[in-house]
Amino acid sequence: MSLSAEQGLQVLLSRDFGGFTLSVDLHLPPRGVTVIFGPSGSGKSTLLRCIAGLEPEARGCVSLNGQVWQDDHTGRFLPVHRRPIGYVFQDASLFPHLTVRANLEYGMRRAPSDKRRIGFDQALDLLGIRPLLERYPERLSGGEQQRVGMARALLTSPSLLLMDEPLAALDIALKREILPYLERLHAELSIPVLYVTHSPEEMTRLADYLVMLAAGRVRGHGALAAMLSNPEHLPAFADEPGVVLEAHVAEHDVGDGITRLDFAGGHLWVSLKPHPIGARVRCRILPTDVSLTLTRARDTSILNILPATVVAIAEVADPTQRLVQLDVEGSPLLSRITRRSQTRLDLRPGLSLYAQIKAVAFLE
Amino acid sequence: MPDLDINDLKAVWLSLKLASLVTALLLLLGTPLAWWLARTRCRWKGLIESVVALPLVLPPSVLGFYLLLAMGPRGPIGQLTQGLGLGLLPFTFPGLVVTSVLYSLPFVVQPIQNAFAAMGERPLEAAATLRAGPWDRFFTVALPLARPGLITAGVLGFAHTIGEFGVVLMIGGNIPGKTRVISVQIYDHVEALEYTQAHWLSGLMLVFTFSVLLLLYHFGKGRLPVMSA
Repeated sequence: MSLSAEQGLQVLLSRDFGGFTLSVDLHLPPRGVTVIFGPSGSGKSTLLRCIAGLEPEARGCVSLNGQVWQDDHTGRFLPVHRRPIGYVFQDASLFPHLTVRANLEYGMRRAPSDKRRIGFDQALDLLGIRPLLERYPERLSGGEQQRVGMARALLTSPSLLLMDEPLAALDIALKREILPYLERLHAELSIPVLYVTHSPEEMTRLADYLVMLAAGRVRGHGALAAMLSNPEHLPAFADEPGVVLEAHVAEHDVGDGITRLDFAGGHLWVSLKPHPIGARVRCRILPTDVSLTLTRARDTSILNILPATVVAIAEVADPTQRLVQLDVEGSPLLSRITRRSQTRLDLRPGLSLYAQIKAVAFLE
Repeated sequence: MPDLDINDLKAVWLSLKLASLVTALLLLLGTPLAWWLARTRCRWKGLIESVVALPLVLPPSVLGFYLLLAMGPRGPIGQLTQGLGLGLLPFTFPGLVVTSVLYSLPFVVQPIQNAFAAMGERPLEAAATLRAGPWDRFFTVALPLARPGLITAGVLGFAHTIGEFGVVLMIGGNIPGKTRVISVQIYDHVEALEYTQAHWLSGLMLVFTFSVLLLLYHFGKGRLPVMSA
């Protein structure tokens, strides 16, 4: 996807903390969810704060769709409250002295009404917070607070939604509770989102575009599927998340209790899913769940065997292991094998073989 | 009927008038000062904080002595007030007001400063991302969140002004109806061996002060400021 210079989010920023410097030069797509992914202390949150204008000491330029927010050459620096952003903080940061309703109205009233794109009722329903309106934040659970925080940000009808690890402070059960709401936001609103996280699960479930950050520098960025199948970035993901495939439900075999998913590179059989035929789903395959054979095995219990071509072979942190990048009719796949297997099978780029997939994790 | 004469009632009225006016002025001046102290990274912050806290530890007579000199005909404040055609401040009600404001300043600034510091930057940042400008943020987020601190500050400033003695005597003197406040009136009664009146006024002060403290400690969420030098 090529972007014109005007469209999307242009970020050329540096922020020096003495000892740690964030320095990025990014051009991000004007739609969809861009996940900024990296370990703790890599500067993810700082990057988001700089874009919001919360770090006035940051140097550089920021513009969205040609609208300049910061430009050190002209001395322009739009203060936070004049930027058309919505910001969701890690700890929700609701105003404790206001009810949920007053919290929601705080930003909505101050945003220009002629640019309102999200209605009060729409936000309430989208995030399921209607029963909470008259309560004070201290009477809400962490997950409820975070949903109110998201609704509050959305009600300013932002041109860009910034989310700083909105699920990091929640336990696993609450994360599971909120992720579907995030996916609905993703599906129903056309607002571009910058989403900071260090969780591979959130990244694979939400991202369209991925920016990898480490030690204050961008290590790579690109569409999610391309990034995840690029062995160069694999060490950053450790053993997760593997590759992510976009597929749709093609067939249910109720007798055997299995469902067929079709994707660009072929089809996969998974355990029976409740989704209707045609539903779009995301699934992921871990490199450790993919083994390789030179001939197609007929006497195997494995259901999913796909013809593939070796694209590249990469080393990983463990010297006895290799990561093999495969191409399945245009779809990327990764396999983690031992160095001995690589030698024994004489694997090299261009070789045709079969990928046996032991498990497919369903993301939706 | 309490055994109080007209001078006692005048003293009570004067004390209430003084304390109300001083409290109002202190909240007006102390709040911006506390806001600045809570947020600045200026290197003079420590110096300003020490000056504000001085009345907490300085004997009132020392403060009164210096103020008397400064407000006198040859002192800088005295020259200024004379130059403005206001005359001299010592032994007048306005002089008492100025003195009380300085003397009670730490009791008002410290609780408010603590309240501002305790809320941190986050609520203000959240307000900024919700399109609130700096003044808007101050009035709709910072002040409401600092409310317990403001209440503590107001009550302490009022009570402390009612109760002051030494510095009032030095600056205000003892003019009935003008500068003779309750604490000075009690002193006069005791000197004149009028113990009945002294009992009534002292009892009044005791009940008032105790009620204020009970209010703060038992019902309010406010806390007394840390009395550190």
